[in-house]
Amino acid sequence: MGTLKLLQGNEACAEGALYAGCTFFAGYPITPSTEVAEYLARRLPRIGGVILQMEDEIASVGAIIGASLAGKKSMTATSGPGFSLKQENIGFGMLCEVPCVIVDVMRGGPSTGVPTGPSQSDIMQCKWGTHGDHPVICLTPAYVQEIFSETVRAFNLAERYRTPVILAFDEIVGHMREKIEIPEKGVLEVENRRRPTCPPSEYKPFDETQGDVPPIADFFSGYRQHITGLNHASDGFPVNASPRIHTDELRLIRKVEGNRKDIIRYDTVLLDDAEVAVFAYGVSGRSGKNAVEMARAEGIKAGLFRPLTIWPFPVEEVAALASRVKAIIVPELSLGQIVLEVERCAKGRCDVQGIFRVDGDPITPAQILEKIKEVG
Amino acid sequence: MAFNYDRHIRHGKLPHIWCPGCTYGIVFKSLLRAVETMQIPKDHLALVSGIGCASRLPGYVDWNTLHTAHGRAIPFATGLKMARPDKRVLVVSGDGDATAIGGNHFIHACRRNIDITVIVMNNFIYGMTGGQHSPTTPVGHLATTMPFGNIDPTFNIPSLAQGAGATWVGRGTAYHVPVLDRLIIGAIEHKGLSVLEIINGCPTTHGRRNKFRTPTDMLLWMKESALPLSAFEKLPPDKVAGKFPTGVLYKREAPEFSETYFAMVERLQKQQEGGGG
Ligand SMILES: Cc1ncc(C[n+]2csc(CCOP(=O)(O)OP(=O)(O)O)c2C)c(N)n1
Repeated sequence: MGTLKLLQGNEACAEGALYAGCTFFAGYPITPSTEVAEYLARRLPRIGGVILQMEDEIASVGAIIGASLAGKKSMTATSGPGFSLKQENIGFGMLCEVPCVIVDVMRGGPSTGVPTGPSQSDIMQCKWGTHGDHPVICLTPAYVQEIFSETVRAFNLAERYRTPVILAFDEIVGHMREKIEIPEKGVLEVENRRRPTCPPSEYKPFDETQGDVPPIADFFSGYRQHITGLNHASDGFPVNASPRIHTDELRLIRKVEGNRKDIIRYDTVLLDDAEVAVFAYGVSGRSGKNAVEMARAEGIKAGLFRPLTIWPFPVEEVAALASRVKAIIVPELSLGQIVLEVERCAKGRCDVQGIFRVDGDPITPAQILEKIKEVG
Repeated sequence: MAFNYDRHIRHGKLPHIWCPGCTYGIVFKSLLRAVETMQIPKDHLALVSGIGCASRLPGYVDWNTLHTAHGRAIPFATGLKMARPDKRVLVVSGDGDATAIGGNHFIHACRRNIDITVIVMNNFIYGMTGGQHSPTTPVGHLATTMPFGNIDPTFNIPSLAQGAGATWVGRGTAYHVPVLDRLIIGAIEHKGLSVLEIINGCPTTHGRRNKFRTPTDMLLWMKESALPLSAFEKLPPDKVAGKFPTGVLYKREAPEFSETYFAMVERLQKQQEGGGG
């Protein structure tokens, strides 16, 4: 039996990070994510870890990448405007293949927007926020317990695939308090990055002959290396030669896309015989579950598909779903972002209808039920 | 005695990208001599940079090196230092990198007094992008984005650093090389945030557009304009124009950030052991 606690989503995220072995956090205060930093500020120093309040969000990502290069599991957390500021350095982390976790507790935008209001409108930014083609892993938990476990998974994926992982949840689940169980150490798997075993003189930080995820050496460990945000060869030094750039970019994408089966995770409710599906994540997924249960009580065959991994997108799963249901309903706290991705995968095989809301309130089960009846 | 740089240079990575007449190579060699003199093991050293011509320096050096984003070297260096407080972390930066786009990180690192050595290679211009004005381009000078003469007032980098709380501030030039070696050693030896501004010349994008006909003219200008701080302070007011002080300009002792942090950690852990709950 683990420890039972009554925690806020943001606090559960901090607990998840500690469970996963995070010993370095850098951030800049912003609603509605600040509790992640406040919780870790009380905990990290006691276990010898580092917590820094940096001068801004740009510096926060820089610091966690620096710490990760020195071998520490590291994380930052932010919201809205802060997430925008972090983008350039997130791209650095992706190109240089530095494991770390970036938490975005979504609030209304653009600009200062609605600091205390929930939102799911950063979800495309999670994929396309930094410039250039790049790999993205983004997880979208919906329950406090799930924020804990998905934070652990975010660290594991970051270590396994040597890349920044984005954990995106909305203000409602970030601030909601629920009972959670923190498992004993060892119950959940905790993974560590593959480090080199070759002699330092033979080490190449981006050696593709070692597989799509080459081993990563810690700074100061004797494996002297050069890490640059310029496109680089396997030895880490800049190259301008186009074939090299091409193959390297492809490897970066492949190491995520080629491992979709391992990375993609989702939950379903009563989906097997459903005629109408609700596709929803985060707080909208919670409403979706209620709506489906209400519909079933009225004899309507509705089911829920709730992605825990939103990027890479569950393309095949949604395509298969689209072939067997009449309609997919996509409730989201934006003016229509992830619905586009669902439409793209459904390819016209079924009706796809969004429910959008940006007035600061969640989409209610009743709203979704109404739509289920409309299309069903 | 001829100095052997081979131990510190990455094989096969030269020639460097710097133009003929650029003074960055002088600083590069001075830095290697300083580290060799100090006998710092290569595995204990990290050299971090942002983006720009100056920021290409780490690529040539066989230490732990990190070439980050424009202006962001100091945050990455802060992460490295706090992750491994037992190691030495140096930053090399251009004037734009350190004081324009990276200005916020620069002043906050000074305030924090974290043990990082920040070397600002001031060539008075944005070299890499081809000669746009920087926060240190003298008023009146031509730059591609100030084609009628720069009207944008300048930063004095040592004053900026001192005002922001740096505990060691110095200035050297690419002309006064033996002094430069000693200044780099002093900056690295200092425990706390040290800022060393090194006056450099960019003949390609600054000098030749601003009445320095040859690279040598830029070095001669350094020779004539730089004065050791003690001599500078003795100048009568009417002789100050066009001169600048060099050497260690400011120094004080103050708690270093990583030491203070880990002292806090130790205190907390002792309390826990003591069952203080
Ligand atoms: C975010 C961002 N903005 C702009 C640039 C373009 N850029 C590259 S180097 C540079 C200026 C470099 O000047 P300085 O820092 O003074 O260094 P120098 O090249 O003179 O050594 C600029 C503006 C960039 N790489 N990234």
